[in-house]
Amino acid sequence: MKYTEDHEWLSLDGDVVTIGITDHAQEQLGDIVFIELPEVGTQVTRGDEVVVIESVKAASDIAAPIDGEVIEVNEAIVANPGTVNEDAEGIGWFLKVRVDDLSQLDEFLDEDAYKDLIE
Amino acid sequence: MAEDLATTPLHALHLELGARMVPFAGYEMPVQYPSGVLKEHLHTRAAAGLFDVSHMGQILLKGDNPAAALERLMPQAIVGLKPGRQRYGFFTSETGGILDDLMVANRGDHLFLVVNAANKAEDAAHLRRNLFDLAMIEVENRALLALQGPAAAAALARTIPLPEMKFMDVAVVDTGFGTLWISRSGYTGEDGFEISVKKDHAEVFARALLAQPEVLPVGLGARDSLRLEAGLCLHGHDITPATDPVEAALTWAIQAARRPGGARAGGYPGADRIAAQLQRPVESLSRVRVGLLPEGRAPMREGVEIFEDEAAEHPVGRITSGTFGPTLGQPVAMGYVTGRLAGVGTRLWGELRGRRQPVTVAGLPFVAASYKR
Repeated sequence: MKYTEDHEWLSLDGDVVTIGITDHAQEQLGDIVFIELPEVGTQVTRGDEVVVIESVKAASDIAAPIDGEVIEVNEAIVANPGTVNEDAEGIGWFLKVRVDDLSQLDEFLDEDAYKDLIE
Repeated sequence: MAEDLATTPLHALHLELGARMVPFAGYEMPVQYPSGVLKEHLHTRAAAGLFDVSHMGQILLKGDNPAAALERLMPQAIVGLKPGRQRYGFFTSETGGILDDLMVANRGDHLFLVVNAANKAEDAAHLRRNLFDLAMIEVENRALLALQGPAAAAALARTIPLPEMKFMDVAVVDTGFGTLWISRSGYTGEDGFEISVKKDHAEVFARALLAQPEVLPVGLGARDSLRLEAGLCLHGHDITPATDPVEAALTWAIQAARRPGGARAGGYPGADRIAAQLQRPVESLSRVRVGLLPEGRAPMREGVEIFEDEAAEHPVGRITSGTFGPTLGQPVAMGYVTGRLAGVGTRLWGELRGRRQPVTVAGLPFVAASYKR
């Protein structure tokens, strides 16, 4: 598992990366009540706002951490946004992206570095 | 947290309870506790929530007929307010705008006012400047707690000798926690109490309430969603010095005695302007406060612009408060729309992240009040 400084996690399988937000991020957001995901097939560029999350407190955008094509989104969290609060780093994943350039993943944080960031 | 923020007498207790603290109106206040906004909100509607509202201003007005004097600043009937009773009202500006909204209690030979935290210094200056014949005391040695919800009365009665009170009654009660100033009122739409307690007793009193099985601590996050579902205004957002009471749909709070033709008509700042507004049909007002229900699950928050149709160029309104309503299980909002579109059921469009989404004008409150009248 890799992490970004924006509190996303990435899990790589072949050239497909699964993306979600960290447990720390869901805790900061509070109770999540609405999630909007991109359409499957969307070509995203790093930095694009791809996901909208609304908690009871505020709206937040999640930016794509890498370039690639969205090949799957987690419709279950749209129907039940609280899933992300319950299991942000498991069944509360957001989307899967086929990565254009795997070297983009090199710069992300490992678990220890991410823990240092949030402590 | 910035060092210039004030704290309430319950600050240490909030930290002990694991609250997330945020700056609010110059104070460091709990926005939520570990159970979170949704649970705190739902628990308040189901049982009882304890809120620290010590940041609010508590003011005593003493002197010769303070009720008549206060009517010079407010369009409410204060003279007719019976001892032991409280009334909602607002200070108006020369142009009829709402400077602040507040509660006024008649405590026999004097009045007790509770005003918004963000406005309390200005309110005190306003009173001092205009009612120089009265003694105005800003109460600095008391905390203010709110205990709200259907189980509030039972929990409070187990903690102190609670006199029989109905909605908007006030009482001064001697207890083991010192002399409490109690009103049966609140800001959630639920039955409940606001209790002023001396600072020295505040923490032990709060702990005694939290020891009751029905009572959970509740932060400002749920306080906001509770009051919004109850259709209650937040000054600085839903009502401001730029909105008058008629536009704000608060004419119910202007008693007949103060309206044109009444026994003590006018005589407050902006009275002419407000009298003129009162004559106008709602349809002719340039804007009216309404409830708004967005379709779908995405909350429409403060600042979202409202349009008459999906393609209209110019907005016909704007949301002033919006969030997800946990009791309704859907987004709820309040805002202003042009009078001709203010009818309940009118379908309008809110622009969210560049896309127009349907929103329907709804009656307020969203959740019926359960006051003990």
